[in-house]
Amino acid sequence: MTIAVPATPALRRREAWSRRLPLLPALIITLLLTQIPFVLTVWYSLRNWNLLAGGDSTFAGVANFRATFADSTFWKSIGNTVVLTGGATVAATLVGLALALTLQKKFPGRGIARTLAITPFFVMPVAVTLFWRSAVFDPSFGLLGWLTNLAGLPRVNWLSEQSMLSIVMITSWRWTPFAMLVLLAGLQALPDEQLEAARVDGANWWQQFRRVMLPHLRPFLELTALLLSMNIIQTFGEIALLTAGGPAYGTTNITYYIYLRAFNSFDFGTASAYGLVALVLTIALALPALRLLSGIFQQEGRR
Amino acid sequence: MSRPRYVVTALLAVGALAAVSACSDPTADQNASGDTTITVALAANPQMKTAESLISDFEQKNPGIKVKFTTLPENDLRPAVTKDVATKAGQYDVAMIGSYEVPIWAKNNWLVPLDDYVAKDTAWDAADILQPIKEIVSSDDGKLYGAPFYGSSSFLFYRKDLAKKAGVTIPEKPTWDQVAAAAAKMDDKAGGVSGICLRGLPGWGQNLASLTTVINTFGGRWFDENWNPQLTSPATTQAVKFYVDLLRAHGQPDAAKDGWEGCLQQITQGKTAMWYDDTVFAGSVLDQAIPQVKDNIGFAMAPVNKTSASGWLWSWGLGITASSKHKDAAWKFISWATSKDYIKLAGAKAGWDSIPPGSRTSTYSIPEYQAAAKSYADLTLKSIDAANPKQPTVDPVPYRGVQYVQIPEFTDIGDYVSQQVAGAISGTETVEEALQKSQTYTEGVVKKAGYLK
Amino acid sequence: MTITTAPVEIKDAAPVTEKSRKRRRDNDTAHRSIALLGWLGSLLLFSPIAYMLLKSFQTETDAASPSPKLVFTPTLDNYRGAFGSGFWAYAGNSLAVAVVSTLVVLLLALPAAYALSVRPVRKSQDTLFFFISTKMMPVAAGIIPIYIVAQRLNLLNTVLVLIILHIGMNLPLAVWMIRSFLQEVPPGILEAAGIDGASRLRTMRSIVLPLVSPGLWSTALLCCVFSWNEYFYAVNLTTTTSTLPLFMQKFLSFGELYTAQVAAVATVVSIPVVVLGWICQRSLVRGLLFGAVK
Repeated sequence: MTIAVPATPALRRREAWSRRLPLLPALIITLLLTQIPFVLTVWYSLRNWNLLAGGDSTFAGVANFRATFADSTFWKSIGNTVVLTGGATVAATLVGLALALTLQKKFPGRGIARTLAITPFFVMPVAVTLFWRSAVFDPSFGLLGWLTNLAGLPRVNWLSEQSMLSIVMITSWRWTPFAMLVLLAGLQALPDEQLEAARVDGANWWQQFRRVMLPHLRPFLELTALLLSMNIIQTFGEIALLTAGGPAYGTTNITYYIYLRAFNSFDFGTASAYGLVALVLTIALALPALRLLSGIFQQEGRR
Repeated sequence: MSRPRYVVTALLAVGALAAVSACSDPTADQNASGDTTITVALAANPQMKTAESLISDFEQKNPGIKVKFTTLPENDLRPAVTKDVATKAGQYDVAMIGSYEVPIWAKNNWLVPLDDYVAKDTAWDAADILQPIKEIVSSDDGKLYGAPFYGSSSFLFYRKDLAKKAGVTIPEKPTWDQVAAAAAKMDDKAGGVSGICLRGLPGWGQNLASLTTVINTFGGRWFDENWNPQLTSPATTQAVKFYVDLLRAHGQPDAAKDGWEGCLQQITQGKTAMWYDDTVFAGSVLDQAIPQVKDNIGFAMAPVNKTSASGWLWSWGLGITASSKHKDAAWKFISWATSKDYIKLAGAKAGWDSIPPGSRTSTYSIPEYQAAAKSYADLTLKSIDAANPKQPTVDPVPYRGVQYVQIPEFTDIGDYVSQQVAGAISGTETVEEALQKSQTYTEGVVKKAGYLK
Repeated sequence: MTITTAPVEIKDAAPVTEKSRKRRRDNDTAHRSIALLGWLGSLLLFSPIAYMLLKSFQTETDAASPSPKLVFTPTLDNYRGAFGSGFWAYAGNSLAVAVVSTLVVLLLALPAAYALSVRPVRKSQDTLFFFISTKMMPVAAGIIPIYIVAQRLNLLNTVLVLIILHIGMNLPLAVWMIRSFLQEVPPGILEAAGIDGASRLRTMRSIVLPLVSPGLWSTALLCCVFSWNEYFYAVNLTTTTSTLPLFMQKFLSFGELYTAQVAAVATVVSIPVVVLGWICQRSLVRGLLFGAVK
């Protein structure tokens, strides 16, 4: 790169290929593993295929898609997905940030505190969800009931009446350690000198945070939000175990609804159509968000 | 990383992959000694767990057959096995299936008819199987496709001590009005004990199971003879209102989250005075109740209103999948697990309140079982006998099934309606709104499927 | 700290000394309150799991009680039950799947991330977006084609099929994360290395890799956790040769109370990942070295 060479087309092409080479293995594997199922899903979505009605399927054209758009519960589940994903992502990122900040500096027992803080993410989701049912949400004896009692508030039926809030709570609890880990790694990357410089300038902690840490952390925060929402969209276990998607489909997100359609009613044609419409919607929402993200990346002088 | 190291690591990874895949060769179910291995898919219930633990008895009696189990919760078992049989993947030789699935799978030729096996296996004693149970694990044309592992109906559990304290008597054949009145008297919100616990959790096999029996006995029905949905009829509306109001007034708190699991916990922990649910839980309740509850559990028939009986009818059966490569070995296992001898073995080894109940007449003549289950064995039999899947309602119906409608579309309809009912239970919508939505949805489904012209 | 305060002390007399001492005291209080907050937050986050641990040592009857029973006779029965019924076979499978898939993911993602950040290809943004878009299809819809393909290839009920699918599952995450960490490497370092005549691979190995190693560790950790706890592919594609989440499902029985047993199994099953997490967070603590390089 430091040697001046006349840039002939052949050389440029070779350089482009040498840049692409490291990318190819990952790209090819991802293509294989995702596009084959994708194409098949498109195929199924065009067919009338209910497992229980017998083995063979008939061609259905766009009937499944028409049914999808006409299905009010489908749209309700989309709305629920937005609420759940948005709410849990924001909550987990904020709490994760707060924890990362507090657990960054050395203090006695920090290693243990960190290990405790990351466990919610590691414990098998099914098991710990069951414990949330009785330890946190139970109206008489759960932790929340005890807290509302303390505050003198009336007893709340968490899972029946505040069902979406409950799901958001447990989901953000489970993903907070993930956010914390990513942001901790980001904080570790912050050069001490910048903070020192700010401190010498007489900035208090809040000003240090806003002027030095936050701008530095911005790409990490956005990465966290992106990775979190990618995963929280797929939330399934908590819904299945705590509210069964109810009441009245109030906590059914798109993943759970597709699951019901595919594995309860065994209607794979319709479920595939749901999946495709959901995919298109998600991409349509994510595209502008990602454009914004990459814009930020470029602004900060990243390559 | 330098190139040589990169290559070495890559090779290691590939090597590991190869080694690992060799270790788990799926086609090796016929190993060197010529043993046949069959894979059995089970729902995770205590009775089947007992069977799993006693499998050495089977393997001793049948040298050359090894059994591997896949145990899943009910909601995961259904899709796992359905997928397997529908795509003919052949992963399972024996599948545990509910009485709802049996006729549907039989029609799709996913199961092997068992009549020939039964005819040859006289020791199995087909005549000993309870007739109503045998009928629900058979196809529409009466051929047996599932060997009943256990059979059940529904009845009322109640706390004798709390009833006495409240001055309430529960007769052996109560009416729903009596039960509602008793729940009101036994309801102790201050003391944290609800008058009754009923299923509220969405799901065609959860809240809809108990609710449907209430609809039936109040004179309502799912469909009339021409397949017009009857969800907004006066009788159905009255029944659903009754159920929802009872639950909201004297039922367990946060009811829409409770299926049978939630209520099972409530009654064993003494948090509720009554519970209307499956007869198979009787043994578990007595086994797991806290001391002050254990000796105070009484049983009564399923409450009625306009019909003479209202208990449901259910069975978990074991079937041979059509794609199995070891059908004969599969039958041997099924025969063992559903035989008289097995019941005696399980009783002796695991305790008499954890044997699979409600499948054979002979079970109820075993003296040890009679002694251990004396408070509920009789009522269980009576409930099973009294259930009539061909007409569980006051008026005739075009479908079979007591707590469900025996059509493939029912899981779809049932899930939707159960969600709306849960909405009514939690107060998100009124009963009328829930039923109106359900009516419209159900109409759409049965029209599309061709039942309703 | 003493370096900065000393000159101030010399410059001014009494009032500044007070201020600087107050600032140090404030700093200490601030530090102590941050430590306290850190502990509080961690404990709060951990509390449902602490509750689960508590129940794992109780009998089923005790555990079924909705109010927490703090006084009880502990039992190890649940743990004994956890290790029975084929635990080690499932654990071995989980280990193989997690380790192998994570290794392969890192091997594939590191060069890919390099090609999307340090020395980017022309359509980096689009490629990145493609990786992310693969995670947007709800798994429930995509599973049927996967099942059928796996069946045709005779891969059902093998460890290999899970390894392959976990690689696909974790690759986008790894590419995105490693790319972020690579972007943190100041451009000056790479240019300096270029001037020194070092080859690109050598620069990667000796300079860049140590810089991003905390990031690599956290990526590896997350991939392992996702693979370890992954249930959906496992339940749909395997039956008897399976991973620990499926092992745990055996204990979720109906007609029976199972809280304590599930608690014990969940604890046993989570210990390896928690230990891994503890090891990795130490490497996160080590931090970056490039302060020294500068």
